[in-house]
Amino acid sequence: MPAVSKGDGMRGLAVFISDIRNCKSKEAEIKRINKELANIRSKFKGDKALDGYSKKKYVCKLLFIFLLGHDIDFGHMEAVNLLSSNKYTEKQIGYLFISVLVNSNSDLISLINNGIKNDLASRNPTFINLALHCIANVGSREMAEAFAADIPRILVAGDSMDSVKQSAALCLLRLNRTSPDLVPMGEWTARVVHLLNDQHLGVVTAATSLITTLAQKSPDDFKTSVSLAVARLSRIVTSASTDLQDYTYYFVAAPWLSVKLLRLLQCYPPPEDGAIRARLVECLESILNKAQEPPKSKKVQHSNAKNAVLFEAISLIIHHDSEPTLLVRACNQLGQFLQHRETNLRYLALESMCTLASSEFSHEAVKTHIETVISALKTERDVSVRQRAVDLLYAMCDRSNSKQIVAEMLSYLETADYSIREEIVLKVAILAEKYAVDYTWYVDTILSLIRMAGDYVSEEVWYRVIQIVINRDDVQGYAAKTVFEALQAPACHENLVKVGGYILGEFGNLIAGDARSSPLVQFNLLHSKFHLCSVPTRALLLSAYIKFINLFPEVKGTIQEVLKSDSQLRNADVELQQRAVEYLRLSCIASTDILATVLEEMPPFPERESSILAKLKRKKGPGVTLPDLEDQRKERGANVNGGSEHGASNSAATPSPPESAADLLTAAPTPTNRPRPVSSSSLLQPMLSPLSCLSSLSPLSSFAHQGTAATMSATAAGPLFQVSPSTSTDLLGLASPAPSTGGSLLVDVFSELHAPEQASAEAPAPPVADDNFSRFVCKNNGVLYENQLLQIGLKSEYRQNLGRMYVFFGNKTSTQFLNFSASVLCQEPLHSQLNIHAKPADPTVEGGAQLQQTLNIECVSDFVDAPVLNIQFRYGGTLQKMAVKLPITLNKFLQPTEMVSQDFFQRWKQLGAPQQEVQKIFKSKHSMDTEVTKAKIIGFGAALLDGVDPNPSNFVGAGVIHTKTTQVGCLLRLEPNTQAQMYRLTLRTSRDTVSQRLCDLLSDQF
Amino acid sequence: MIGGLFIYNHKGEVLISRVYRDDIGRNAVDAFRVNVIHARQQVRSPVNNIARTSFFHVKRSNIWLAAVTKQNVNAAMVFEFLYKMCDVMAAYFGKISEENIKNNFVLIYELLDEILDFGYPQNSETGALKTFITQQGIKSQTKEEQSQITSQVTGQIGWRREGIKYRRNELFLDVLESVNLLMSPQGQVLSAHVSGRVVMKSYLSGMPECKFGMNDKIVIDKQGKGGATDEAAKSELGGSGKQSIAIDDCTFHQCVRLSKFDSERSISFIPPDGDYELMRYRTTKDIILPFRVIPLVREVGRTKLEVKVVIKSNFKPSLLAQKIEVRIPTPLNTSGVQVICMKGKAKYKASENAIVWKIKRMAGMKESQISAEIELLPTNDKKKWARPPISMNFEVPFAPSGLKVRYLKVFEPKLNYSDHDVIKWVRYIGRSGIYETRC
Repeated sequence: MPAVSKGDGMRGLAVFISDIRNCKSKEAEIKRINKELANIRSKFKGDKALDGYSKKKYVCKLLFIFLLGHDIDFGHMEAVNLLSSNKYTEKQIGYLFISVLVNSNSDLISLINNGIKNDLASRNPTFINLALHCIANVGSREMAEAFAADIPRILVAGDSMDSVKQSAALCLLRLNRTSPDLVPMGEWTARVVHLLNDQHLGVVTAATSLITTLAQKSPDDFKTSVSLAVARLSRIVTSASTDLQDYTYYFVAAPWLSVKLLRLLQCYPPPEDGAIRARLVECLESILNKAQEPPKSKKVQHSNAKNAVLFEAISLIIHHDSEPTLLVRACNQLGQFLQHRETNLRYLALESMCTLASSEFSHEAVKTHIETVISALKTERDVSVRQRAVDLLYAMCDRSNSKQIVAEMLSYLETADYSIREEIVLKVAILAEKYAVDYTWYVDTILSLIRMAGDYVSEEVWYRVIQIVINRDDVQGYAAKTVFEALQAPACHENLVKVGGYILGEFGNLIAGDARSSPLVQFNLLHSKFHLCSVPTRALLLSAYIKFINLFPEVKGTIQEVLKSDSQLRNADVELQQRAVEYLRLSCIASTDILATVLEEMPPFPERESSILAKLKRKKGPGVTLPDLEDQRKERGANVNGGSEHGASNSAATPSPPESAADLLTAAPTPTNRPRPVSSSSLLQPMLSPLSCLSSLSPLSSFAHQGTAATMSATAAGPLFQVSPSTSTDLLGLASPAPSTGGSLLVDVFSELHAPEQASAEAPAPPVADDNFSRFVCKNNGVLYENQLLQIGLKSEYRQNLGRMYVFFGNKTSTQFLNFSASVLCQEPLHSQLNIHAKPADPTVEGGAQLQQTLNIECVSDFVDAPVLNIQFRYGGTLQKMAVKLPITLNKFLQPTEMVSQDFFQRWKQLGAPQQEVQKIFKSKHSMDTEVTKAKIIGFGAALLDGVDPNPSNFVGAGVIHTKTTQVGCLLRLEPNTQAQMYRLTLRTSRDTVSQRLCDLLSDQF
Repeated sequence: MIGGLFIYNHKGEVLISRVYRDDIGRNAVDAFRVNVIHARQQVRSPVNNIARTSFFHVKRSNIWLAAVTKQNVNAAMVFEFLYKMCDVMAAYFGKISEENIKNNFVLIYELLDEILDFGYPQNSETGALKTFITQQGIKSQTKEEQSQITSQVTGQIGWRREGIKYRRNELFLDVLESVNLLMSPQGQVLSAHVSGRVVMKSYLSGMPECKFGMNDKIVIDKQGKGGATDEAAKSELGGSGKQSIAIDDCTFHQCVRLSKFDSERSISFIPPDGDYELMRYRTTKDIILPFRVIPLVREVGRTKLEVKVVIKSNFKPSLLAQKIEVRIPTPLNTSGVQVICMKGKAKYKASENAIVWKIKRMAGMKESQISAEIELLPTNDKKKWARPPISMNFEVPFAPSGLKVRYLKVFEPKLNYSDHDVIKWVRYIGRSGIYETRC
């Protein structure tokens, strides 16, 4: 850059600035600025032309005023004029003003672009550089549009100077970051790679940054860069530090370039070519060796530069994860840093070690540093470093050292910083569970966890303890004893009371033999905590009391007294009051047999992934390393099983409240696939006895019916459920007053289960919208989905096993949608059952316009799920994603069949097998209008048969489902009961799955 | 309950810091500086709440006075105190400036100790304060003098000491009014009010009892009903000019007996010695507007603006208005101005973005005119110029509210001078407050 001569100092500007600095008050400053602005305006207005110098001076003043925070609304023209000046300083000020002040919608933009274009084409390298810097500084989309094609040309042109190439590479990098779609990839890409061989190190550094970014976008195009990068790296590493003159920084040869090259190599797997690979290993080794050498300077810059290269090399080694010796050496090197007095180094070492711990080669090596890490945890002054130490301990934990690590973390927890307590608690809970050989140890650990940091123990942690205690017979007695002892502390955390209430309620009998923990003592202990607890905990304790009545008949009187007291029976909280009333009645009326059945011990929970782990993952986001890869895999396998079981239970519809005991019987078997370890035949057995007595318990049962059926949680798979479908069930559902909490735990787990499998998904998938789904069961046209931006309309027609659907996407905004795409996704079983062919749609949708997409559908065999339409587009720069369930249901392929009464009954009898018939009794959601019902049945696809059923108010329909493979005949009968506002729907088809699906679909409509 | 009081210079350096209560920490000083004085955006609100602490500030030239409290105090009380504090300081050392404050900081601390006790305002009457807070150092006072001070400060009449003697009993009374106006371009009054003060300076011997009378509408009406005949009332109605004014609200100096004002609406008091403000009042009805401004703005294309402003004086031709200044705002992209005026001097002041037209003197019932051509620089901004109102400053020798002093009687039963022996001076001054006309 040409030096600014003294005469160019712009005295006027200096005077103005010093005036402003000397102003005594804000007002004085504003006055001075106003005066100056008026002066500049009169100068710019003046009829005589200004010379370049004064123009530059005034533009500079405007710039200064703008930077002080005042609006500048003139002078742009003068600045643009400066661009065409031949003097460097004037041009520079012009560019400066434009990069700071010009916004894209200005009418001057074409003039500016013209100026830039001229400079880019000029032969003067400084002018080209100025233009490139301006493009990079503004970096707007418009700039990218105008110049993205020119810059690569400058970059690879043979006659460009080094400094120009450097600027061009960085400018292109900037444009690539702001609008990657506009930077064209072409033949120049191959030549860019060869810039790595350039003589000038500055060019290489700039080019490496560019290539790294581009390589992340399209790795294949830049594969050749690997060998060049390795060659370049080895030249730097092996060179004597004096070779690189300007690029030696405190005795380290080109540290920035080295770091960038190492980072570039991290975009690719280890090189396959043996020679290159050997050379790279050699480089990495020599970097590691250099770390061992005594420092050449005591300056902090020297060690910083050296360590920067070293850490980048270590992350490359970790990334490759293929050279055991290097990994171990890296680990040892990091181990040295663990005791370094520089805090930043310790932090970085801990962080890198965390990733090293997950590699199978270096896991053992990392483990040798356990003592250092523990001492770091205890003595480190900086909380962020301690946090890393916790992470590392978690990562290095395995079966051999779990006891030590958990103990250390527990002991540290007492003094831990509040910000990291919750995380430590979660980690301890996970490690304790994962590596528990001996479950008494597990119980001890978790209880001390709750005791020490109760506030930080999330719900999931104590849910998990209970799940494990219930599933493990061997630990139950011990758990009861420990909990009992823990509860004796004068002040317990509420979570401990919850665990205590639950476990004593279930297994209190196991320790009742001891006089010190007799039933009455247990009860009094629990009840002493009762009044200090929140409502959900009290509800849980009430359930524990009723369980006590079952376990220990001798305390029945005491407990009934408690339940009878006004503070329970007339509690202001509805939940507590209902529990008290119901439990009291139950304990008074039911015989011991019934009590024993109703209040039976909890059945084991299905094995599933620890919900705590899910929570930790959610907390930390992606990238939580798990210590043991194999364990992880195993866990995943188990999860899927647990999860699918669960899905079934969730889909089992909550039965509507039964009208009588008899109805309950018929309704109850529907959700047979609930995850219960009891077989279905034995399921009926315990049910019958409470039911028979239920009719005698009329006050209770009628009361129970008032309780909403919705409170039935899917988890509540216990014997109590059949007694009253009211809230009392959730004793077994982990004692949550509303099913949402209990349910959410499960749903959480469920949703997290699949997430890792689709691990690559960067953005969370949008929730699938299916609000309008059920409206389309009986009709084919209408609006499927609508939000502020988009409206989706449908028109569809079906014939036999084929269908065609027209999807209309209406843009409700005034701006266009870019990159619009809509694709249909069929999940696994559906994929083979339904063929959907979508014609590709236009990628842009203009504002206010409508886009049509046609789907051709073929039904191969009967199916249950519905396909999902994934839509994504760019609106105003942000990517919008949405997913809508397409209303393609099985009944769309139902063709009506007319038949007379005789035929109908003949076929009805033919389909008499129990699995072929599905019956459902449900409450009407709409008014029971005959005509509407008829229209719905016809819309559903069946022929409405008149005069078949002896009762004229009943509806009878028939039809055939056409699929590619088979045809399935369907008969249906709908019996309305207007008085009770109920329907009974019976479906008989030749396939049980079809019956079930059609029944579900149709019953939803009434 | 003021927690503390700080005085800053324009740079935000603390000149005076006095903390009265423990709930105000040292960091409160910095909080105000950072959040108000050095705020990025100019802070306009005089009350600021920063971290549960309230800061009330006033600005005198370049000096900031801030009262700080953590309690929910009466904000009006705090501002009244701050104004009083300014008056007291001005009475002691003249203009409030950084230099004066630095030179008198011992005195200021002494004053602050006296007029605020644990955050509660105490006697802030300058006359009384001057008797025991002096700059002359400690004079050896006799026991008598000391006890006199004590009895005065703790007694019923804290604002006047006993035994004052003057050879000439004199009394000065100024009615100072400021008239505020906002007028539409068509000459319609959008809002107008007068806020006035009756300021007195008394040099009277002994403990005189004074009675002040003015043409308050309620008093006049009462008298009209009570004693005067119908004819008198009629003559009042028929007479030129109004005889009584409607006062919207008024406040009095502490020396005025409020009970008497409430029952008889008569203003009687034992005056402090020296300067004081007897009362403050506000009227909104029947205001005499001394000047009328008629603006005419014409935009000629995008680069030119023609402005013509006529002012008309609207009072008796025998009276003379002074210090007249008309301020015509110019657009922000003004690049040049040509002004022609018949009277006075007019100049374009770029630093204030306005044309300032000054006239030294102008008699009543006259009119004068200015015309200006403003050249504009075309800008890329599409924002239209907001046309701020034309404002005006002046001083006229009458009370725009119509207030008249009817009498001011002095009784001193113990000493041998009567009402007639007192020399009384009365003066009316009407000034402009915010006197604006939209254009």
